[in-house]
Amino acid sequence: MEQILFYCFAGVLIFAATMVITVRNPVRAALFLVLAFFTSAGIWLLLEAEFLALTLVLVYVGAVMVLFLFVVMMLDINLSSLQEGFTRYLPLGILVAALITIEMLAVLGASHFGLDIVPSPVPQPDDYSNTKAIGLLLYTTYVYPFEIASVILTVAIVAAITLTLRDNKSRKSQVVSEQIKVRAEDRVRVVKMDSVKPINDQESAS
Amino acid sequence: MIALSDVLTLGAILFSLSVLGIFINRKNIIILLMCIELMLLAVNLNFIAFSYFSGDVGGQIFVFFILTVAAAEAAIGLAILVVLFRNLNTINVTELDRLKG
Repeated sequence: MEQILFYCFAGVLIFAATMVITVRNPVRAALFLVLAFFTSAGIWLLLEAEFLALTLVLVYVGAVMVLFLFVVMMLDINLSSLQEGFTRYLPLGILVAALITIEMLAVLGASHFGLDIVPSPVPQPDDYSNTKAIGLLLYTTYVYPFEIASVILTVAIVAAITLTLRDNKSRKSQVVSEQIKVRAEDRVRVVKMDSVKPINDQESAS
Repeated sequence: MIALSDVLTLGAILFSLSVLGIFINRKNIIILLMCIELMLLAVNLNFIAFSYFSGDVGGQIFVFFILTVAAAEAAIGLAILVVLFRNLNTINVTELDRLKG
């Protein structure tokens, strides 16, 4: 049963991936990518990675792919010019992809990683929590990488906002021509003063 | 029972499909970004398969970090794409040769 389910998911996943790279319309490609992510979430559930499967659906389908769809629909793209060279590079692409697949299968195939060499693990007990296991590891052993990941996300937010900001006044940027044009007289004002200040009468009186 | 080699084969096919996608869609930056996402998905699948078969949750932690970095990458990549389209009115890779010496 588990195996049949896996092969169904694998077939749908490969179909979705093929459609992503071959359809002409980017909106359809994005929707097929959503299907691919959903199907992989199913496969991850079969492999007992429940937390990550749900994270994949939430983060990818919910956020990243919606972002993709926003951008694709927002940009008015001329599709015909983007399709040039589709068939021109197809033979080379198929050759490279087939070589990569053959090389990987030679190493990762059933002769090295089959069921008789790597046996299926014993199922976890009913009260096992995948989320708890990940949390226990994430907040102890991998706590520094976790902090770095949060910094990366912050940097991504700042970078994305700064890049797409339209308001030029609030952005600090260099004007190179102004910098080159500047002369010392404009910046520094030389003031002639007496080296000794004359004593004021009122001050001495007080 | 799912064998480890089945999952690894699926990952390999998915990875090479996205390589093929980068080859044949080399004009369209949006599809290129999607192919990169697919590639990361294939790698994540391998991580989870090895984590399941070796009974080690550490592999899933790596997938967690890859998801984080991939989300950041998608956000910044799409922001660059929007700025690019705003300035040049195209996303064709062949027309992006302003830095050519």
